[in-house]
Amino acid sequence: MISYPKPDELPDSQRVVITGIGLTSPNGNTLGEFRESLLNGKSGVEDYEIRYFGKTIAGVCDFDVRKYQTRKDARRGTRAGSVGCYCVHEAINDSGIDWENTDRSRVGVYVGVTEHGNVETESEIHEIRGFDYDVKVWSHHHNPRTVANNPAGEVALNLGITGPHYTIGAACAAGNAGLIQGLQMLRLNECDLAIAGGVSESIHTFGIFAGFASQGALATHDDPTKASRPFDKNRNGIVVSEGGCLYTLERLSDAKARSAKIYGEIVGYAINTDATDFVLPNPERQSQCMNMALSRAHINAEDVDIVSTHATGTGMGDALECDAVRRVFGASEKTYVNNAKSFIGHTMGAAGALELAGNLVAFEDRVVHPTINVDDLDPECELPGLVKNEPREIEKIDYILNNSFGMLGINSATVIKRM
Amino acid sequence: MAPEQIKNVILDILTDIAPDEDLTDLKDEVNFRDQLELDSMDFLDIVMELRKRYKVNVPEQDYPELASMFSTVNYLTPKMVDCVAS
Repeated sequence: MISYPKPDELPDSQRVVITGIGLTSPNGNTLGEFRESLLNGKSGVEDYEIRYFGKTIAGVCDFDVRKYQTRKDARRGTRAGSVGCYCVHEAINDSGIDWENTDRSRVGVYVGVTEHGNVETESEIHEIRGFDYDVKVWSHHHNPRTVANNPAGEVALNLGITGPHYTIGAACAAGNAGLIQGLQMLRLNECDLAIAGGVSESIHTFGIFAGFASQGALATHDDPTKASRPFDKNRNGIVVSEGGCLYTLERLSDAKARSAKIYGEIVGYAINTDATDFVLPNPERQSQCMNMALSRAHINAEDVDIVSTHATGTGMGDALECDAVRRVFGASEKTYVNNAKSFIGHTMGAAGALELAGNLVAFEDRVVHPTINVDDLDPECELPGLVKNEPREIEKIDYILNNSFGMLGINSATVIKRM
Repeated sequence: MAPEQIKNVILDILTDIAPDEDLTDLKDEVNFRDQLELDSMDFLDIVMELRKRYKVNVPEQDYPELASMFSTVNYLTPKMVDCVAS
């Protein structure tokens, strides 16, 4: 196994930092709006209706598509592409990078996705149904819209990026996986600037709602804002949401050279696999994943100030993740635990990246945002540092560990250090 | 359908497939591509919309007939004679 040197002993050219954040979330279209919502208990979940499935609830984004895309490009592309285009512009603007003078051939685009293509395929089948299933009216846009690299490709096309672009299919661990891919490509000198994170258009496919409903894992509640309730005794499933979060990642040497604002350094990461079930998580593997990320960061559990959990609000999933978190952080008195899905639902491919962004601001304001809707804590989800319903101010925050897990037993964790 | 109605059909389709373009000064005799940002996928959109909306089939070898408004209307007039304006 490759040994991982201490992050601060690496040359600056091998250290990777976050210098820009662009996001759209059901409760905010900038990092500032998102963070304010997380500190003020503002949910982004609302009533929603989709063909065939009917009335349900979802996290819906209201970013301005026209801000960075022509009408034609938005029409020709996909919702995931539009989410990506919005996020990448916001991230580059936020980073202060001199984009006009950036060598586009040295920019890499690494976008995590849970799934891609379902929205367009469902739409086309719906369309040909009106023509007695005559496939001659099947759109010639179908293939470029549904190829797996579409969201990353639209980002590259929109900005004239000629370096590598692709998506990372990693179920709901994809946001972290995108970040990890970006970091690795910078270390391998495949690019000088990595656009990395994740996006989701999943609320536009009825199949995901119907699939979770058939699985008994789709959240329902009279009040949509109360539907996503990880760790609560009365949680009853997932709220499907759309969203996106892309980061600009740079080598520390490059960030320093341009005196960039630095949100944090990615000092540890891990991805592993349960290999036990299609759907049910395995807390032993999840805890191994977290421990591996800590070990690569050369820190101990008690060094971590915030654990951003993946918990989606399902009965088994939350309890098993809490078991895993307890195994790693159970003895750490100074580690606080929170969850952003309680506010925005499950943004699927974006979740890992988006949820991390909501916590990164804590390095500056030293406030741990809570997990909301915990009216009656499930004893199986009892964690000593769980921040329930109200934000908590603490003395200092140096490390954040961000969990993101997905179906087919994919686990991921990233560790970010305050600079 | 009369030629003037066919022209309106094409304008309607162009409005959908090139929503950022101003079509008010579109010249009938000048190629679409010299006036509008259209690529091959956009021309396929015209073909597809004619098929969907009016069951008009434009075979591939006839695609050059869709170069300008004038040539398009000329080409479609006999094909759409029985079509009813929607």
